[in-house]
Amino acid sequence: MDQNIISIQNVTKRYPMGDREFTALKNINLEFKKGEFGGFVGPSGSGKTTLLNIIGSLDSPTEGKAIVMGKRISELSHKESALLRNLHIGFVFQVYNLLPIYTVYENVEFALLLQDNTKQERKKAVMEALEWVGLQDMADKKPSKLSGGEGQRVAIARAMVKRPQIVLADEPSANLDAKNAHGILQTMKQLNKELNTTFLFATHDEKVMEYLDRIIHLEDGQVAEDEIVTAKRTLTNSK
Amino acid sequence: MKLAFRLAYKNIMGAGLRTWLNVGILSFVFVLIIFYRAFLIGWQEQGIQNSVAWEYGYGQLQNSDYDPADPFTLDDGHGILPDDQQQNLVPLLLRQASIYPQGRMMPIVLKGIGVDQELLKLPTQKLRESAAAIPAIVGTRMAEAANLKEGDQVLLRWRDKEGTFDAANVTIAGIFSTQVPGVDVGQIWIPLRKLQQMTGLQGHATLFVANSNFVSKNNDGWRFVSQQELLKELNAAVEAESISGWVIYLLLLSIALLAIFDTQVLSIFRRQREIGTYISLGLTRNRVVNLFTIEGTMYSLLATFVGGIYGLPIFLYFGTQGIGMGGIEEMGFGMSSRIYPAFGFSLILTTFVLVVVSSALISYWPARKIARLDPVKALKSKH
Repeated sequence: MDQNIISIQNVTKRYPMGDREFTALKNINLEFKKGEFGGFVGPSGSGKTTLLNIIGSLDSPTEGKAIVMGKRISELSHKESALLRNLHIGFVFQVYNLLPIYTVYENVEFALLLQDNTKQERKKAVMEALEWVGLQDMADKKPSKLSGGEGQRVAIARAMVKRPQIVLADEPSANLDAKNAHGILQTMKQLNKELNTTFLFATHDEKVMEYLDRIIHLEDGQVAEDEIVTAKRTLTNSK
Repeated sequence: MKLAFRLAYKNIMGAGLRTWLNVGILSFVFVLIIFYRAFLIGWQEQGIQNSVAWEYGYGQLQNSDYDPADPFTLDDGHGILPDDQQQNLVPLLLRQASIYPQGRMMPIVLKGIGVDQELLKLPTQKLRESAAAIPAIVGTRMAEAANLKEGDQVLLRWRDKEGTFDAANVTIAGIFSTQVPGVDVGQIWIPLRKLQQMTGLQGHATLFVANSNFVSKNNDGWRFVSQQELLKELNAAVEAESISGWVIYLLLLSIALLAIFDTQVLSIFRRQREIGTYISLGLTRNRVVNLFTIEGTMYSLLATFVGGIYGLPIFLYFGTQGIGMGGIEEMGFGMSSRIYPAFGFSLILTTFVLVVVSSALISYWPARKIARLDPVKALKSKH
């Protein structure tokens, strides 16, 4: 837990908005160690998703450095950033983003198709990932036949199947009821513990916050508070 | 690339009706292009074969005063070619004349041909074998027009070399069937010697049909018209059809390609989130371009397959049964009344390449646009 795998240094992100510019992130400085279970919390427009996108190399900072797995995001070519995402970063989206014409198995397998795995290796990994999320019996179903909770579990399996170093989850519980939200969060927490994968969330859902070990409050694109809640919980529990 | 093919196949199969509409229209165009081009090739090949076999041989040595397009030149357009220069040539003497079937006058061209010739497919042995004073053979079209049957006699009136009219009955010794109206419509064939005798033009000929061994020399008063020149009219007619054909099937192909282009352009809007997801999963831009280009191209591959399923039986049927072309003989050159389309491997291959390459090109441009989508915006898309 002592190795920095994400380093955000003086990151500012501005977007053109008509004739003006909108500043989504202002001078952000953050470090994340391997195996953290943290999240960006804040109201809409506070910059949570922008920060997640930069870490996921889907976007790059206007100023400052974002270093992920030792790679400076703004210096990566398209090919290099695609490789970084494919090998080391898993995404979980609010609306699952499952490919509708593929089965559950094929959706999860997709990330592995871009790597040089044999069919047997892929099958083993996919079935294992589906087992983590409790959907091994639904491998042949199409996403349209799944409930919201099941769909998000498939998305988690797809993110985890390649055993990435980092999983970025953008409002993963927003479309789920409380029971399903707790279900997927427990699954992610368990995977975090078992595989030591770093999980970063963008959320304003109280249910998600209950599970986070570190909460970074963002306001108007700035870090308002960076709190380690594991320690607080430990203290509260001991009292 | 293998992955791109696999994904593209999966994607277009998953698109359901949209795919089959594109494939349907493209396969129709594919089959139609092959069919029409095969028809033109068949028409040309048959026309050439028939014209060579029945009329043109390997070229003609024509009297320099004779113009095939001007019937008035028949009066003076003849001459004598020394015997030693007549090797590998079949002489024909052509004269204007009239026949009177059932009492009505019908202007004709009276053609004299050597009864022993074997170069042209005309059944001149019937002239040789007939015991009639003036035996004649006619084609089926002429026989029908004049209501003549084998064994019938019909009054023939002609003029000799001095312009004096003479008349006699000719006996129909045979009726032949040919696809070449140029040796049939409005003409009667009689023995050359007989015609020379009737007109007082002993030794004269209007033209000579050459066989394959003939070598053209400089003959005073005669000009050699090569087989290619004789076939020029036929080739020009086929060429004109071919050009209009190209216009038609380029239009059809454009419509079919427009459907693919439309599908690809729609993908920019309707599959944004899917594209964003591909990119988030680690697909490079090149791979996205490949995927969408292959998707577009795969329509044409599927169209070829589907077109093969219903097109091959059609090709086989018309390739063996031919297509009836009623009234086409009016065009005047070696046009068959039944054309057998020539479906060759190279024709199918070139059409296949044309369709596949054009669909790949038409898919590439939208695919490049797709790959340039901002993944963040794409992932936010509602589609």
